[in-house]
Amino acid sequence: MSALLEVSGISKSFDGFKAINNLSFSINAVELRAVIGPNGAGKTTFMDIVTGKTRPDAGEVLWGDGSKSLLKMNEAQIAREGIGRKFQRPTVFEDQSVADNLIMALKADRSPFAVLRWRPTAESGARVAELAAEVGLADQLPRLAGELSHGQKQWLEIGMLLAQEPRLLLVDEPAAGMTLAEREQTTTLLCRLAETRAVVVVEHDMDFVRRLNCRVTVLHQGSVLAEGSLDHVTRNPDVIDVYLGR
Amino acid sequence: MTRLRLIACALALLLPSSLLANPALDAVIAGNLDQIEQPSRRTVEPLVAQIAATGPEGLALLQAWADRNLGLADGRAVIVDGDDVTDAVTGAPVTATPQMLRPNSGVRGVIEQALVAGALTDPDPRRRAAALDSLARGGDAEQLTALRAALDDPDPTLAARKARMERLLTIQHDPDSAARVAAIEQMAGDVGLDFRGVLNPLLATQPLVAPEPPAGANVARELTPGSDALPREAALAQLVRQGLLQPPLSRADQRAALAANITDGAVGGVPVATLSDPAARDRAYEALEAAGAVPPAATETEAQAALEANRFYDIHVEPDAAVTEAAKAAQIRAQVRLGAMRGIDLGLDALSLASIYFLAAIGLAVTFGVMRVINMAHGEFIMMGAYTAYTVQTVIADRTLSLVVALPLAFAVTALAGVVLYRLVIRHLAHRPLETLLATFGVSIALQQLAKNIFGTQARPLTAPAWLEGSITINDVIGISSIRVAIFVLALLFLALFLFIMKRTRLGLEVRAVTQNPGMAASMGINPDRIAMMTFGLGSGIAGIAGVAIGLFAQVTSEIGQQYIVQSFMTVVVGGVGNIWGTLAGATLIGGLSKVIESFNPGNTLAAQTFMILFIIIFIQFRPRGIIPQKGRAAEV
Amino acid sequence: MTRTPFILRNPSVLIVLAGLAVFTVAVTLLSQAYGTGAVPTSMVKVLGKTLCLALAAVAMDLVWGYLGILSLGQMAFFALGGYMIGQWLMYARTEGIVAAQLAQGPIPATAQELQDAVTNQIFGVVGASELPLVWSFAHSLTLQLILVLAVPGLLALVFGWLAFRSRVNGVYLSILTQAMTLALALWLFQNDSGFRGNNGLSGLQNLPGLDHVDQATLSVWFLWASAAALALFYALAAWLVSGKFGSVVRAIRDDETRVRFLGYPVEGFKLVVFTLAAMITAVAGALYYPQAGIINPAEMMPIASIYLAVWVAIGGRGRLYGAVIGAVVVSLLSSWFTGGRAPSIHLPGYVVNWVDWWQVALGLSFVLVTLYAPKGIAGVFDLFSRRGDRA
Repeated sequence: MSALLEVSGISKSFDGFKAINNLSFSINAVELRAVIGPNGAGKTTFMDIVTGKTRPDAGEVLWGDGSKSLLKMNEAQIAREGIGRKFQRPTVFEDQSVADNLIMALKADRSPFAVLRWRPTAESGARVAELAAEVGLADQLPRLAGELSHGQKQWLEIGMLLAQEPRLLLVDEPAAGMTLAEREQTTTLLCRLAETRAVVVVEHDMDFVRRLNCRVTVLHQGSVLAEGSLDHVTRNPDVIDVYLGR
Repeated sequence: MTRLRLIACALALLLPSSLLANPALDAVIAGNLDQIEQPSRRTVEPLVAQIAATGPEGLALLQAWADRNLGLADGRAVIVDGDDVTDAVTGAPVTATPQMLRPNSGVRGVIEQALVAGALTDPDPRRRAAALDSLARGGDAEQLTALRAALDDPDPTLAARKARMERLLTIQHDPDSAARVAAIEQMAGDVGLDFRGVLNPLLATQPLVAPEPPAGANVARELTPGSDALPREAALAQLVRQGLLQPPLSRADQRAALAANITDGAVGGVPVATLSDPAARDRAYEALEAAGAVPPAATETEAQAALEANRFYDIHVEPDAAVTEAAKAAQIRAQVRLGAMRGIDLGLDALSLASIYFLAAIGLAVTFGVMRVINMAHGEFIMMGAYTAYTVQTVIADRTLSLVVALPLAFAVTALAGVVLYRLVIRHLAHRPLETLLATFGVSIALQQLAKNIFGTQARPLTAPAWLEGSITINDVIGISSIRVAIFVLALLFLALFLFIMKRTRLGLEVRAVTQNPGMAASMGINPDRIAMMTFGLGSGIAGIAGVAIGLFAQVTSEIGQQYIVQSFMTVVVGGVGNIWGTLAGATLIGGLSKVIESFNPGNTLAAQTFMILFIIIFIQFRPRGIIPQKGRAAEV
Repeated sequence: MTRTPFILRNPSVLIVLAGLAVFTVAVTLLSQAYGTGAVPTSMVKVLGKTLCLALAAVAMDLVWGYLGILSLGQMAFFALGGYMIGQWLMYARTEGIVAAQLAQGPIPATAQELQDAVTNQIFGVVGASELPLVWSFAHSLTLQLILVLAVPGLLALVFGWLAFRSRVNGVYLSILTQAMTLALALWLFQNDSGFRGNNGLSGLQNLPGLDHVDQATLSVWFLWASAAALALFYALAAWLVSGKFGSVVRAIRDDETRVRFLGYPVEGFKLVVFTLAAMITAVAGALYYPQAGIINPAEMMPIASIYLAVWVAIGGRGRLYGAVIGAVVVSLLSSWFTGGRAPSIHLPGYVVNWVDWWQVALGLSFVLVTLYAPKGIAGVFDLFSRRGDRA
């Protein structure tokens, strides 16, 4: 099975600091992957590069069956290719209703004039209701997103991601600030999502990663230190060095 | 000219013992008393020459005449020197009250010309310098000879001036072509106005139309009609001027001729109503011409034939080809050097403009770097500084002292205003840069109007101390006014002061910390609010200083800040944020570029500014973060 | 997600349109041309101009209140619209006058003579003897009307494309728009710009071919036109910001990066709104200057655009009716206070003369509004409806 995303030999430095150093990474079309690493390992920069926010100094990022290069595309084009990103802090449009937030995220033609012509249909209404129900916001649709609780915002953002129907989902520290029950819910959701698409979870909470029960990539100083099952990588002496220090 | 030379020698020899009677002079005066009393510029010259030829008494008389110290008493010329009145011929004291002569400036010019030759060897160096000045306004061949005889001079400066003047006069008046060429070649590359002034008439041309190359004329070039140098209309006009072509008929003349010949609603058989068509008008005119009702006009064929039969030349006024060749070569060299010097001069201009922008922008850059807010009232802080200096000047009369007081006071006043603005407005709008921009704009219009209410709408002068007036002149091309030099020094001073504060003090450290990462700085115990307030005060204070500087060369009005504010914004944007070197680079780029663009199209500063701004808009496309971008990940957010 | 008619979902639009209609009818009935004459013609013109300014404020609100770009160059588009229509007004009228003069002559004038005379009449003051290239279409009302939209639209498109693609935003973008305006104004100030330098275009209050209609009547016609334009574009703007498009635009204002990650071409949206707003502003300008009678480059100095922002901010940005209220209230108050008719305040020892102190008061009140009433006057309406209508 060919890889959905193939990252090869990318490097990126900020004023001499090598945030990413000759990193290679690939993920299949249907897979759940956790990326872990200590602070400054390059996790966020890695996501920035894949989503087009940052251009690498060297290397190649290939996408999909046709092995398209993502480096020539901007953020919006990459998002339209089917890469969704969940930020660490919930970023929803607080000034707008939950329904408006979801409608914006619905998979549809994104060009300005198409958006201008777009009209709500029974179908779109049903889809919004369905998504809202899925993330537990069914009775919050008319409320302003800004009035939601922190956890609800997280869920709304996940709902918006689902609405985008991405083929690859990048999730940045989803468990941060969540209660135990919410974590449980999130784990279940992520696992279910990974049944039909690729999901990359960036996390440094080992406990949460263990729950995901998936293949793990360990980043350190901008490159891959180890890869395999969680048990496999936690036995790796390099990983122990990095995580426990000496 | 030998005569004049003799006079010069005689003057040198006889001056100390000039109390002898001079019968020749006596005769000349007696014979020309009318002319002396009522001289005319046109006719006085032979008389002056005659008097000059009579020797030192004659020269002394001429000098007194020119200085309006000559009078007439009982039919005798007398020289008045304060209370002493002496006979011009005998030198004997005279008691009668003389009737003073008041020759007009034309006459005095003629007299002074005659005196120049003598004055060149005068023992008084000031007289010699004055004689050279007079020569510089125009000399002739005789004076060249006199000058050559008087080249030695004890004063090295005057000796050099004499030598230079001798070269210049040689070029203009030496009868020997080779000597003129040699003089030109010697001076080639010189950029003095005097030399260029001598070269220009040598290269002057006048147009000439002739069937074949004119014999003996010094042809500068031949022109082709219809080329850029000689458009067809100009060539035709030349032919008409020289009588080689009938004047062609202008549309207006044609119209007038047709209007004068309307009969029964038609002209030459062509109905008037159709005459809005130029072709119909031509037909009507031809018909009139055929009938003999109007004079024939040059037809297109005639004009073409005349053009083909004649050739068009530019002829040098100066007949000597060798001289014009040399002059041309010298002029090219002069122009090359002139270009280089203009470049240097431009650089100096640009530097002073850049210093002003730097002073005006530095405060803006600091506040923008630390707080990410644009203070639209910054221009009004500049104005406040200027008005502070003006107010100080009304209290302290001594210009230097008032400036010394005004600089720190302007800083204090505007820094205080900045702190107040920060405490009352900006602090409450943290992280809302656009709101800050608008709120400070509100402050800006209020302050502007307030200044109008207090100081009135008319411009208030801010006078620089005497030692700042005038300029430093290196040669005819390169010069810079002292005020601008002072502003440059001031800018350097503030750059140094600023660097010192930023790199060597606790405040600077904290400011840099807040600029780079406010969150982290706050968590390390730095109070960002206090830092922001202090930088705001500092930035505003510098604006006040800039205001004093700008006020020194521009009139102080309530709009003085507005004239610099947009350029200051540009400086910050182009330079890059959060870095003093960026501001410096921005100011240099904007100052330099404005001057360069202006030099392409002198006199049209509006166009220069337009292009300048367009350039900046395009520049931002390629360097959105400025010349020296802020570094680090913080800048990415 | 039931489909309610647009107007019903946005009652404020209905209220504004109704208010506008009542206002227009009232002014008409009080005008000298069609009514009692209680409102003098000069006042009708002031009111008509105010409607145009309100329209410009609506466009400003689209760009700033909804899209989040504080454009300090809107009045450049306004003035450009005025210049484009002014070209035709001035050319056609001068042509009429000159043709009448030439017709007095013994023989009819040629096309060239006519044009030379027109050129001399219009451009003699700046010493030009040939009709500038930019006046090539001035003879045709249709072409100049197209240019009213096309020139500002194209300028906005090019400038916006350059600025947005290099991701200049926030304060930087504001400064850049200000620079653009200043550049344009300075260029127009030149005598050889082709627009008569600082003389500007004048005599615009006379409509060519309508010499028999007096100014009292014309002023009412222009009031109608201004009101119609305001109504039309208000409704268009309200429709634009009410649907999904409006959602995306407001989302861009609040978090541009996030919108990009949703896959929306942010630059495209910005360009559409910016260009559209420029064209609306140009229409407002094209209606304003025939009522003002004269236009010159000073009208587009950056300060004018900042005042526009002030009106929108005081009225309440992010709501279209706020922009209208702000423009109407502040511009009318400004002309009242600076017109010398406002009564002075006699304090002990000092007389507050409003001509001198209005600017100070305006500036300070603007600071206060920004600080304490960021929603502006329109914020008052929130007291009546909890969430405020967002159209």
